[in-house]
Amino acid sequence: MFKFILRRSLIMIPQLILLSLIIFMLAKAMPGDAVTGAFQGNPDATPEQIEKIREKFGLNDPWYVQYGRWIGKAVQGDFGMSYMHQQPVTNLLGGRVENTVLLSLFTLVVTYLIAIPLGIVAGRWTDTWADKMIVTYNYFAFATPLFVFALLMLYVFAFVLGWFPSGGSVDIRTEVGTWDYVVDKAKHLFLPVMSSALLATYGTVQYLRNDIIDQKINDYVKTARAKGVPEGKVYTRHILRNSLLPIAAFLGYEITGLISGSVFIEWIYSYPGLGQLFIQSINLRDFTVVTALVMISGAAVIIGTMLSDIILSIVDPRIRIE
Amino acid sequence: MKKPILEIKDLRTSFSIKGDYYAAVDGVSLTVHENEVVAIVGESGCGKSALALSVMRLHDHKNTKIEGQVNFGGQNLLTLTRSRMDKVRGKDIGMIFQDPMTALNPLATIGRQIEEPMDYHMKLSASDKKKRTLELLRRVGIKNEQRVYEQYPHELSGGMRQRVVIAIALACDPVLLLADEPTTALDVTIQAQIMDLMKELQNQMKTGIILITHDLGVVAEMADRVVVMYAGEVVEIADVKELFENPLHPYTRSLLNSIPSNIEAKEKLHVIDGIVPSIQNLDRKGCRFAPRIEWIPEQDHEEIPEMHEAKPNHFVRCSCYKTFYFPEDRVGEREYVATESK
Amino acid sequence: MSLLKVNDLKVHYPIRGGFFRRVVDHVRAVDGISFELQPGETYGLVGESGCGKTTSGRAIIGLNKVTSGELLFEGKDLSSMGRVERRKYTRDIQMIFQDPYSSLNVRKNVLNIIAEPLRNFERLSPKEELLRVQELVARVGLSPESIYKYPHQFSGGQRQRIGIARALTLNPKLIIADEPVSALDVSVQAQVLNFMQEIQDEFNLTYLFISHDLGIIQHMCDRIGIMYRGRFVEEGTADEIYSNPQHVYTKRLIAAIPEMNPEKRFEKMHLRQAINQEYQTDYNNYFDKDGRMFDLKKISDTHSVAMQ
Repeated sequence: MFKFILRRSLIMIPQLILLSLIIFMLAKAMPGDAVTGAFQGNPDATPEQIEKIREKFGLNDPWYVQYGRWIGKAVQGDFGMSYMHQQPVTNLLGGRVENTVLLSLFTLVVTYLIAIPLGIVAGRWTDTWADKMIVTYNYFAFATPLFVFALLMLYVFAFVLGWFPSGGSVDIRTEVGTWDYVVDKAKHLFLPVMSSALLATYGTVQYLRNDIIDQKINDYVKTARAKGVPEGKVYTRHILRNSLLPIAAFLGYEITGLISGSVFIEWIYSYPGLGQLFIQSINLRDFTVVTALVMISGAAVIIGTMLSDIILSIVDPRIRIE
Repeated sequence: MKKPILEIKDLRTSFSIKGDYYAAVDGVSLTVHENEVVAIVGESGCGKSALALSVMRLHDHKNTKIEGQVNFGGQNLLTLTRSRMDKVRGKDIGMIFQDPMTALNPLATIGRQIEEPMDYHMKLSASDKKKRTLELLRRVGIKNEQRVYEQYPHELSGGMRQRVVIAIALACDPVLLLADEPTTALDVTIQAQIMDLMKELQNQMKTGIILITHDLGVVAEMADRVVVMYAGEVVEIADVKELFENPLHPYTRSLLNSIPSNIEAKEKLHVIDGIVPSIQNLDRKGCRFAPRIEWIPEQDHEEIPEMHEAKPNHFVRCSCYKTFYFPEDRVGEREYVATESK
Repeated sequence: MSLLKVNDLKVHYPIRGGFFRRVVDHVRAVDGISFELQPGETYGLVGESGCGKTTSGRAIIGLNKVTSGELLFEGKDLSSMGRVERRKYTRDIQMIFQDPYSSLNVRKNVLNIIAEPLRNFERLSPKEELLRVQELVARVGLSPESIYKYPHQFSGGQRQRIGIARALTLNPKLIIADEPVSALDVSVQAQVLNFMQEIQDEFNLTYLFISHDLGIIQHMCDRIGIMYRGRFVEEGTADEIYSNPQHVYTKRLIAAIPEMNPEKRFEKMHLRQAINQEYQTDYNNYFDKDGRMFDLKKISDTHSVAMQ
């Protein structure tokens, strides 16, 4: 078991190196570089000056030297300077990482809290009115574009009813660490979390419903019934364990999906997270920030995949290798 | 005379296909006595598995209609409430399934799976349950029972898993065992081992067994009495020796003649004309086997075929058995008759 | 000359293990088997699941990679040929698969299924092709209009006959039949087996018949090779194998055939117990210290056993 986790973690290293190489190459391929960005719109800079600065920053070195320098710093958490904000990228990311993780985590929890019971009900009592309602809801969740739904929620609950704030992550007037601070944060989280969770249930509900329907006709379920296991326990003790297993295993993927998926939500609710920063930086051509963000979300995907593999190997006895 | 433990009377199990119900088991009556192995034999589509699942009421109740009586332990199982039925399943009737690769829950240990029926039917402490489970594992021929107790199904071979499936069925000392093709999915030598094991256990425990199979070899090895089914009906019932020595119904005789090991090498095997009709296309009037033995004249069949006691304890449906012959046996004779009549 | 001579055929698969997933060992799926097929005979390859019989068949037809050994087809070694050269011979060897439900492409009609090998190997006009297919369809006993039907419209036995028709299109010399009737009911089995015997004479076919069912093997085969853990334990004529088995594993297999006479069932059970006893006591006669079988040794002109 330990060996498996270790090996699985070591595989990540070449994956991460490859990812960083690709991102570095892409960044290089983009029109303009750090210097053009820095002197953007500065008519006083002469080409000679710019060339000198380029030389000073090592931008004329061969690519692998530049890559080595960049990755060396990145490992220490230094992604360079943001030219638009004129401060280190790392500072810029600071509070936003926390905000995005908080948003993703709550979205995930709420999604499961809604989706798992619905999936179970729909799968166990197929073709009943409850099932039909859940399936209809699911079609809506699938068909509704996130930004439309999020805007609608924003309009109704923030503007018309005024129950929740319409933007930000916390009121700056509240003091960090107080109860009010927590409540205020929760209030700011509520709409973004609900708007994405209510739609994100789609995959899980659909999967769980189908899987329960498939599991129901499996032989081992027949064996359980033939043992005299009461109907309810057939589900809790046998079917659900098998059906929920892949969901547990998908946890890792889900987390990373949410981190990249929060781009829209953060933008619409002007929630200061990574997604919002991402869009801002693209619009402003702040490439150091974009590169850092792509690198972070790429790494998150790799780590998430690894988490999924490890979780699966823990919950499924068939995969407990060696 | 031995005491009957299970009496099936005029059982009719129908499945809904596009809104209409079609009977897959069509008026079957049979009795199982204590300490008796009754084999139900027939080809796929004859209704033998549907019959077993009806006794256990394991059909999907939404699309299935079950009529008739299944009398067991002084009550008709078909009229019991669900929770009362749960008390019968796994306790008084144990069931063995065909495919040991899928019959066990992949996520639970072997020990857990054998103990589960005891949770519902016996009041035992955790340590007593474990003791009993280890004892059961030993009894079904598993030697390293301590280890197997902790293992998961995928860690065991097919033969071992089938032994576990048998142990589950025996967990609460059932009066009756329902074995649905218990050896079909197994390798030849494993099949022989499982057959011998079941014979041995039956000898010790004196349970009644309903053995569902398509394999006449398994029937000859295990059964005391044989019920032959065709197209949802019983066509012949006899003691095993009698059936193999003196088969009467044309279907039984045809089946026995189509088995390779029963026929001289390189000789032609008997082929039954036509195909088994599906339950929607089945003509339910008259002798159901008639379309597959068209050389037998219509008047030799009964209009409403009944079971007849042709010999003591040997029952056969329809009168066509009296004049039935295989055309390949009479090739010469027919020519003779033809020249004679000229 | 024999039609096919298999010489010390080995098919090994690597097992990876350890930290860097290095090859630590091999699964010896087929571990040095040799046999010959004479033209027109039916040779039975018998054994239980995992014994390597299917792998052997698939290696002969080129579906599995041969690790070492020779496959001499009419004297030419197929295993050392390149893909292009080998193609010339592949039309002479065809295969019938176990499951008539999954071995036919469900989206193709019978015409396209049967004509496929023709299209791969022969350039025929559509009309010639149609004629050839109709001829074959008639030969396997299906109605002429069935060529425009799809596999799901047929019963299991009919499907298997479509599979046989496909194998026959190129007039092969050797047919490898891998459990051709295991998925079928007894009476349908009989139909397919009879049919295979009929076409054998008519098309002058040689069969390599792979099966776990000893009853069917006995009925169909002239000579038989018994496989166990990738090797031969015994080879001989059907008569020798069934009435005079020598290796304890062969005895065990033969004894496992269900007894069709109910009165002898306990005798059979005791016979099995006796053979199990023999297996324990005489183990060293049949297996070496690593648990491997010995090489085959001739005990008569036609009969060989893997004994010390």
